[in-house]
Amino acid sequence: MRRDPPADVTIINYSEPQSLDPAIISAQPDMRIVSGMFEGLTRTDPKTGSAVPGLAERWEISPDGRIYTFHLRTNLVWSTGEPIRAADVVYSWIRTLDPMTASDYAGQLFYVKNAEAFNAAKIKDPSQVGVTALDPFTVQVQLNHPTVFFLDVCAMPLASVVPRQAIEKMSDAWIKIRPLPVSGPYELDFWRLNDKVRLRKNPRYWDAANTQSKIIDLLPIGSASSALNLYDRGQADIVWDKELVPTELLDVLLPRPDFHTYTYLATYFVRFNVTRKPFDDPRVRKALALAIDKNRIVQRITRGGEQPATHLVPDGAANYESPPGLGYDPELARKLLAEAGFPGGKNFPRMEYMFNAPAGGGKIHEKIAIEMQQMWRDTLGVDIELRQLEMQVYLTEQDQLHYDLSRSSWIGDYNDANTFLNMFVTDDGNNRTGWSNKHYDELIRQANEITDVPAREKLFQEAETILVKDELPIIPLFFYAGINYFDTNKIEGVYTNIVDLHPLQSIRKIMGHATRNTKD
Amino acid sequence: MYFLRRLAYMIPLLLVVSAVSFWLVHLAPGGPFDKEHAPASPQIKRNLEAKYHLNEPIWKQYARYVGGLARGDFGPSLKYRDHSVTDIVRQGLPVSMLLGWLAFGFAMGVGLPVGFITAVRRGRWQDHVGSFLAILAVCIPGFVVAPILVLVFTIKWHLLPVALWESPVHAVLPTIALGLYFSGKVARLFREGMLNTMQMEFVTAARAKGLGESTLLFRHAVRLAVLPVVSYAGPMLADLLTGSFVIENIFQIPGLGVFFINSSLNKDYTLTVGLAVLYAALLIVLNLAVDFGYMLLDPRVKYE
Repeated sequence: MRRDPPADVTIINYSEPQSLDPAIISAQPDMRIVSGMFEGLTRTDPKTGSAVPGLAERWEISPDGRIYTFHLRTNLVWSTGEPIRAADVVYSWIRTLDPMTASDYAGQLFYVKNAEAFNAAKIKDPSQVGVTALDPFTVQVQLNHPTVFFLDVCAMPLASVVPRQAIEKMSDAWIKIRPLPVSGPYELDFWRLNDKVRLRKNPRYWDAANTQSKIIDLLPIGSASSALNLYDRGQADIVWDKELVPTELLDVLLPRPDFHTYTYLATYFVRFNVTRKPFDDPRVRKALALAIDKNRIVQRITRGGEQPATHLVPDGAANYESPPGLGYDPELARKLLAEAGFPGGKNFPRMEYMFNAPAGGGKIHEKIAIEMQQMWRDTLGVDIELRQLEMQVYLTEQDQLHYDLSRSSWIGDYNDANTFLNMFVTDDGNNRTGWSNKHYDELIRQANEITDVPAREKLFQEAETILVKDELPIIPLFFYAGINYFDTNKIEGVYTNIVDLHPLQSIRKIMGHATRNTKD
Repeated sequence: MYFLRRLAYMIPLLLVVSAVSFWLVHLAPGGPFDKEHAPASPQIKRNLEAKYHLNEPIWKQYARYVGGLARGDFGPSLKYRDHSVTDIVRQGLPVSMLLGWLAFGFAMGVGLPVGFITAVRRGRWQDHVGSFLAILAVCIPGFVVAPILVLVFTIKWHLLPVALWESPVHAVLPTIALGLYFSGKVARLFREGMLNTMQMEFVTAARAKGLGESTLLFRHAVRLAVLPVVSYAGPMLADLLTGSFVIENIFQIPGLGVFFINSSLNKDYTLTVGLAVLYAALLIVLNLAVDFGYMLLDPRVKYE
């Protein structure tokens, strides 16, 4: 039991961090903390969410888009005072790729030459990986393909610069070393499990002059009602996870001026297992898609400002506009189902829709499942059974294609259509439908070979048309809406952007503002 | 001697507990490294499994685990990869234990007097009111009690903090919410114990010898009447000290309770097994303490 000196800003950050090691984290709440502690060659602009110069002050890209030469700032030091040099960048990337590190997200660096082979231990010599220190201030990166979103990748935690001296001394427990050398705007003051992470401004950060708050507390709170209560009592300034809005109170809370909704790169959809009859028939898949009134789902169930989706890539993705997919058309749905040999749903086999119990304990997936079950029954005369599984079991079943229909969602890793469309390439680990289309694979491959924006967009559009109009191994349902709550009269520097990233260094409490009235 | 022997039995018993729970968690479907975002290559998952030896046959993994136990190493958590299981227990257990003792104190402090009064005033209004409240306390689960307490004491009256674990005031609501059920249980057990004891021959004999009613009740009857409460106190303490998922979650208390549930949902094998072993060890020790208490309280009980 301990009362700490007050923080400048207190943020409710949803779940307890699984880790604060940039190479290991994969959950969003963890990234929000870690990006404040460790910085890479680029960093995320708080307003736009796009990559801007970080530890590198500038870079050149070769005409074929395959070689990036980064020039580090010359005034870079760790929070403990030692200089940060090009060799530290190389060390950090190699560490993320090292099979012994066992990084979940190492794949984001597979765009780099020989990175995948090194991660698979097919190449043992790290100097063969396409990241080299040309001199103490220059890092050169060789890529397999021109990768237009590569600067975004450089801003991800897994590509940030981590302290070799601490890691070699403490190996897996290095995050416990104090003081922990950091390369970003905030040092780790303390981390108490299930209690609090406290960050303190790193005065040696190259851009410390623009770090707005001295102390930021991040609380791991998973219960939406506790989060709302603490916020309303003035114990927290910002609540920034969609899971932390009690769904029963959405209608009351959303009109409040301190509740902010925005769209970001995330889609809720349904996967078909196309290796099972009758879902091997595109007409059946289309019929099921056309029978769903997506407007009803977002207006009656989710109610948080979500937009109904007919395509996979969310609106607002960089340099890309999706082609329209299939809407709501019960007439056509019945016709297609009849053509496929199931008029009025006759003889349609018993199929199951699988979904997971949400981590926060809500019922949203169940409600959506029941709604769709009803729509399929009413429109098509098809009976789909529902099966709820706990998260880890659901993921395994999906991965091994032990399902008929499965709830799914995807949050973009970076702001480019590829993070969504690449999923459904044959044998991609995230495909999980059994669907394979050679033409689709080829289009995605071509799009990733070029940097010409309009030509690339056209290839992606052609591919997405196959996915959401012709073949439908998936049914896009809606695009998620993010919800943050904080009082704009009291807090500054939290911006809504398409990648849902809110760098800590720009956040501050407006001074001299009286404590918020707690009676709402 | 008897107790030393019982303590020695603990080791094989805990080995059995660890073996069974180790086998059960691995048997359950789903693994710790399954994610919504699949890794870019199957090799990444294999790297993870290799790092934590999940690619080995289960008997070998268990042998490795027991080898670690012998050195006092409960292994790394698979979900919270910066922490070892020992780390997590070291941080969470003291918090859960503090809250557990408070709730234990509350349960005893409320339950025993209520049980006593309802027994000696059997059939009168004190008995009816007290017994009704005790049943109510047993029937309403913590996840209902806690939000009601929050609603009344913090949101309506602004008397106590909503959540967090910062000062003694912060402990008031969680203590009540956690202890209420047990206070009802204790009250009912103690009432039964008192009623049974009062019918025993030695009580009648003592009365006949002219012993004062209060001396009889407090010096002699209570000692025996409390025995059912004592035997219940062992498992109750084991429950309370290891933390409650519901209460810790609602009041945002950094204890161990949350990990008991989540570790198995997350398929965090090492953490699940480690916590099972911890719970079993506590249970064994506390049951031993109960037997010891029996020996002190009841002259008829002797161990050899």
